[in-house]
Amino acid sequence: MPDTHFYRYDDFDRALIAERIDQFRDQVHRRLAGELTEEQFKPLRLTNGLYLQLHAYMLRIAIPYGTLSARQLRKLADISRKFDRGYGHFTTRQNLQLNWIRLEDAPDALAALAEVDMHAIQTSGNLIRNVTADHFAGAAVDEIEDPRIWCEIVRQWSTLHPEFSFLPRKFKIAITGSPNDRAAVRVHDVGLRLWRNDQDEVGFEVIVGGGLGRTPLIGKTLRDFLPRDELLAYLEATLRVYNRYGRRDNLYKARIKILVHELGVEKVREEVEAEFAAIKDSALRLAPETIEAIARQFAPPPLRAKRTRVPEVEALRLEDRDFALWLKSNIAPHRVPGHVIVTVSLKPAGAPPGDASAAQMEGVADIADAYSQGEVRVSHEQNLVLPHVAIEDLPAVYRALQRLGFAEANVGKITDIIACPGLDYCALANARSIPVAQRISAHFADLARQHDIGDLKIKISGCINACGHHHVGHIGILGVDRNGVELYQITLGGDVDFGRTAIGTIIGPAVTADRVVEAIDALVATYLESRRDGERFVDTYRRIGAQPFKDRVYAAV
Amino acid sequence: MPLYKEGSTAPVVDTGLVPLAFADWLKEPEHPAVSLANTDPVEALEPHLGTLRLIVLHFPKFSDGRAYSQARLLRDRFGYRGALRATGGVLQDQLPFLLRCGFDSFESEQKGFGDALARARTLFSVVYQPVGDGRATASQLRLQRRNVGMAAD
Repeated sequence: MPDTHFYRYDDFDRALIAERIDQFRDQVHRRLAGELTEEQFKPLRLTNGLYLQLHAYMLRIAIPYGTLSARQLRKLADISRKFDRGYGHFTTRQNLQLNWIRLEDAPDALAALAEVDMHAIQTSGNLIRNVTADHFAGAAVDEIEDPRIWCEIVRQWSTLHPEFSFLPRKFKIAITGSPNDRAAVRVHDVGLRLWRNDQDEVGFEVIVGGGLGRTPLIGKTLRDFLPRDELLAYLEATLRVYNRYGRRDNLYKARIKILVHELGVEKVREEVEAEFAAIKDSALRLAPETIEAIARQFAPPPLRAKRTRVPEVEALRLEDRDFALWLKSNIAPHRVPGHVIVTVSLKPAGAPPGDASAAQMEGVADIADAYSQGEVRVSHEQNLVLPHVAIEDLPAVYRALQRLGFAEANVGKITDIIACPGLDYCALANARSIPVAQRISAHFADLARQHDIGDLKIKISGCINACGHHHVGHIGILGVDRNGVELYQITLGGDVDFGRTAIGTIIGPAVTADRVVEAIDALVATYLESRRDGERFVDTYRRIGAQPFKDRVYAAV
Repeated sequence: MPLYKEGSTAPVVDTGLVPLAFADWLKEPEHPAVSLANTDPVEALEPHLGTLRLIVLHFPKFSDGRAYSQARLLRDRFGYRGALRATGGVLQDQLPFLLRCGFDSFESEQKGFGDALARARTLFSVVYQPVGDGRATASQLRLQRRNVGMAAD
């Protein structure tokens, strides 16, 4: 089995995870013995990834920067079988959720995770959450530097941070190392974008105060260029300002985006920079040896350039239409000639987005071992990624994925839907999300039609908390509850692409669940009639505006 | 409320210093003990840290973490070395964090708090953040280990 090409835990990391499990085992014991009230226990279980959902406890497992080894993925399958119902749900934050965990089993499930150097620390609670990154990191052609190096540095610094474990609200950090932002850095509490300046130095643009939820806001630039070794000092300064001055009087106004919105980014910058000036020359400054030691662990796998034109691939492309479409939508360029990045669609027609059974997880792990250097990624679009596949292996990879039901040629298309768990699982939701996604997916199942419609992102949230990112969907769908009836509000024109990040606009009255598909049909028909050459759905919307779309939708429903 | 200090699992007797609320203390800043709300500016204490012997910081709820930042500013930024007490919503599961931020005494109603305090420093053998408690971080220990390894070669 190939060695991993990302951070490997050492005895320090392992000791901390083991001690954390011991501590949690004691907390669970005290809760079951009645020594802790649910109110006291809640933040303790949340910071260990354990939610109390509609029907049962849910365990949210951290997949730091979305990177997994095949061995880790097999263990996740194993845990889902042993402690859950044999499947898991990959989320928009590159985590895996198991929906049917028993409280008394939770410490054992965490101990099983620790066997493969994984945990569920800080996947919930009002603290710094699991850090997310570009899912093509370390393979993308446009990358300046692997963002996962910095994610790992932030992971360690933020783990059990003594000052920032009881923040006003949750705090999400995302990092991208490419100009094409695949990590949505402008819609995070802090987004970090690596870039190269005129002096050929690499540093971070620090973006603050973005976020979706009930008050969607695009993040603002806090610092244009931050030298890399000052990252932790700058984050500590930012978090300290937030911890001291962030609002705590109203849950819905407690995120840092509200502080930035109310004080203005200039005032926040002044506070952060003053704090930063006082601590930047402390032990928080990263030693070059520390950065190097972590960077070395992310050294890319030793891939040799291979054939880029492979006759067997060309032949299969000509004879198998679905394979040809799959090559068009599910394959991205790789920096090593003769290789590509394969996106494994977890969105087969009519299925719940992001779900994988234990057998499917094991199947993907086997494919990764055979064809992708033993490595798998989780994307925030709820798909899996095989980051290092040789072009000559594509027919074999495709067939193996077909056997798992994960070879749908729909990445970036209308059925590659993001959806939150919704009312089927979530205690916060107002409406179901997954069944709506399934209905749209079944309706648009025809692959040729999907490819004709082209790139179109549909994102569905079952409530205003926006876990399904509906605000930034080209078509966003938000479930609302009106007097006990589940209705769906439709927005148009959202986008997460860097430089074009936009919040969608509501087009009119919400529609009932059975009318959602008709409404989407009407939107698509409007686009197909009005599009010019090369225009995507969202481009046409930007050119012609909402009115033609509205007219058609409300004439139809 | 029972007061705990490291070294004793049973509650200890108070020192007798009566802290003044911040607004009152501002009128007599030579008084050696002060009690702050978590919205009071710790910066105002800086010129008087030589005379202060007890600072009490307040947790209105255990989930309101502003006093952790106040504590670190007092200890790490301003170099305060007197007693630093946590009061209000203070529960045993916060102890590893409280100790790292520089608190050395705790008012808590929670049963078993003293026993938990005796164990709190040994719960985690590894820390990642450089803070004023002087514990070597995992990064620092890794560097040391590397240097020792290099010296041995």
